[in-house]
Amino acid sequence: MATSLLPARPGGCRFDLGFRSAIARVQPFIRKEPKATLRNGPLHAVAQQKLMWEALREAVDEEMEADPTVCLMGEDVGHYGGSYKVSYDLHKKYGDLRLLDTPICENGFMGMGIGAAMTGLRVIIEGMNMGFLLLAYNQISNNAGMLHYTSGGQYKVPVVIRGPGGVGRQLGAEHSQRLESYFQSIPGVQLVACSTVANAKALLKSAIRSDNPIIFFEHVLLYNVKGETKEGYYQPLERAELVRSGKDVTILCYSRMRYVVMQAVQQLEKMGYDPEVIDLISLKPFDMETISNSIKKTRNAIIVEECMKTGGIGASLSAIINESLFDELDHQVVRLSSQDVPTAYAYELEAATIVQPEQVIEAVQRVVGTAVPA
Amino acid sequence: MPRRLRSVQKPQAIAAKPAPVEAPAKASKVATSKADLSPEVASDLYRDMFLGREFEEMCAQMYYRGKMFGFVHLYSGQEAVSTGVIRNLRADDYICSTYRDHVHALSKNVPPREIMAELFGKKTGICRGQGGSMHMFSAKHNLLGGYAFIGEGIPIGLGAAFQIRYRREVLGDETADQVCCSFFGDGTCNVGQFYECLNMASLYKLPCIFVVENNKWAIGMYHPRATGPSAGDEEPYIYKKGPAFGMPGVLVDGMDVRKVREVAAEAIARARRGDGPTLIEAETYRFRGHSLADPDELRKKEEKEHYQARDPIPQLKKYILEAGLLTEGQVKDIEKEVIEVVEEAVKFADESPKPEKGQLLENVFADPKGFGIAPDGRYRYELPGFSAGTAAVS
Repeated sequence: MATSLLPARPGGCRFDLGFRSAIARVQPFIRKEPKATLRNGPLHAVAQQKLMWEALREAVDEEMEADPTVCLMGEDVGHYGGSYKVSYDLHKKYGDLRLLDTPICENGFMGMGIGAAMTGLRVIIEGMNMGFLLLAYNQISNNAGMLHYTSGGQYKVPVVIRGPGGVGRQLGAEHSQRLESYFQSIPGVQLVACSTVANAKALLKSAIRSDNPIIFFEHVLLYNVKGETKEGYYQPLERAELVRSGKDVTILCYSRMRYVVMQAVQQLEKMGYDPEVIDLISLKPFDMETISNSIKKTRNAIIVEECMKTGGIGASLSAIINESLFDELDHQVVRLSSQDVPTAYAYELEAATIVQPEQVIEAVQRVVGTAVPA
Repeated sequence: MPRRLRSVQKPQAIAAKPAPVEAPAKASKVATSKADLSPEVASDLYRDMFLGREFEEMCAQMYYRGKMFGFVHLYSGQEAVSTGVIRNLRADDYICSTYRDHVHALSKNVPPREIMAELFGKKTGICRGQGGSMHMFSAKHNLLGGYAFIGEGIPIGLGAAFQIRYRREVLGDETADQVCCSFFGDGTCNVGQFYECLNMASLYKLPCIFVVENNKWAIGMYHPRATGPSAGDEEPYIYKKGPAFGMPGVLVDGMDVRKVREVAAEAIARARRGDGPTLIEAETYRFRGHSLADPDELRKKEEKEHYQARDPIPQLKKYILEAGLLTEGQVKDIEKEVIEVVEEAVKFADESPKPEKGQLLENVFADPKGFGIAPDGRYRYELPGFSAGTAAVS
């Protein structure tokens, strides 16, 4: 164990005053992806294993087969098969009306999907890139989110608004957005972020069956993650996932940050730390049972997110933890978030914008202090 | 003098009939015609228009008496459009409205007392007091709602129309021949959703009727100041945007219910038989300000008087009496009955209970699991206090 890497925690101090300066020492040029996991590996690598886009496609296919009112609309979802192949070839099976290729008009087709859902269909609306849905923000907020309430419960809006989001690889600022923070304060919508092959399929199937409008976040860099799916499985949309059980600190993350955290955890384990990792899955509302139980056990919380620090998911989560679990904490809640800057094109600047495993390691060290070797 | 209505009689008017399906659609103007009304239809139209006017004038009174609040946009003057279009529809047809939605709801048979109670913020309101003046919904009457932001209702109506085609072609429901009428104003015709939806309605050949209620003023913006003239014209004609998107565009005198009715009937029939959408521009005028909060300082007295003289309600009354469709006594009976209905609506609204606090958290989510899981592992909606509206929801 490289003990020299472990700065001693200021003895007996409740709040670690060295934290800010530690964050300022982010190593911007180090960016190691878990390539074997995230990159498109050979398809034959592991028998029975699927890629995430295949799992999402299965979810859509199975739900469309089970219920003829389920349809998918968006740009290039039909003949082209979706920009990340989530509806690849499905139009051949279900026809052009159920796999509706729309013109490029997010505001219009979002509203159309909502109107169709109000009148009896179950509509999956794909944003070719989640960022494009900024153009549909009015329909998502005012219509999907609010009109079940403003109509006094007369109309429901069973839509799944989904698509690829997050910071990809040098896609530039507009294609590298994390809209979860923009959407989280819309009343009446649920936000769900999938992260593994298994939960992508099970959550999307549940989202399609939900009577609530669900904004479903996929991550551009996770479509080729490999894994297995469970036959006929539906996962509750409101439940977080325990990724790793531990006792030192609760690391709360979601979407691609789960992999960044787990990469850090490999190192942390070697250093003698025992972190608990929770994948939030539900970004709104938070699964307060899982979060509370974990923090009561570890007495520390680190939030690792890809969205901006200002007004982000972590901001809300941190506030809730401080409000409801203050006495359970031994250390202030630590947030590792993207920098509040537009995502640059250049590799090094992009890497410096989003959280890297090294920052997670450093944060755990700061919060937990010197690891006690097992 | 305003020049707008004169244009209806311009000699350049072409065939009144919308273009045949396969031929390229052409803008058409409807020539004045003798609409044959039966006494029953005449009675229905007059009652509906009179109800619209009485209801709105009562709203003004109630607003000034402090019985209703917020932004209240009255429809007075435009009744011929709502009545002329919606009274042509079947109960299972859809309509989609704007913030000026009370009278559309009335024409679609939503009970006046439930609309008034909604305006009073009572739990007996059509939306349980959760919607208000600009958000009148009635699923029972296929009223898709009042949409308060400019243009956002148009895609919703398009979605209902898509659903009709889907039900017919994918689900094999041969009874799915409904249509959807979306109403909006001249100001809306410069917003993106309008053009996006004209394109999609035409592209997918959806049973949509787009009804532009051109009352010439978007609050304080005179229509020709906001919209450039159509090609070859001195002023903007919205109906001419129809053919550009592959659908008939029709201009109609929106102060004459018989003309509106005739144009609407043709558009509805066209949509119902699967021949696609129509864009109707009805030239009309609101007799009051944009909302009851609008000082209405920009519209000239002469302009108001000009349209006041064309008030659609006395116009219809005159026609009905001259054509001998109804007697003066029968017309009076209709008026008396309507006045009673509106007074009863006010009484009902006034005496209705206010929403209880427990209603606060109802209908946020169709599935209350959307409120999430509490620290003790129960879904929040299962917690004591949730139904009292006091539960924490984040």
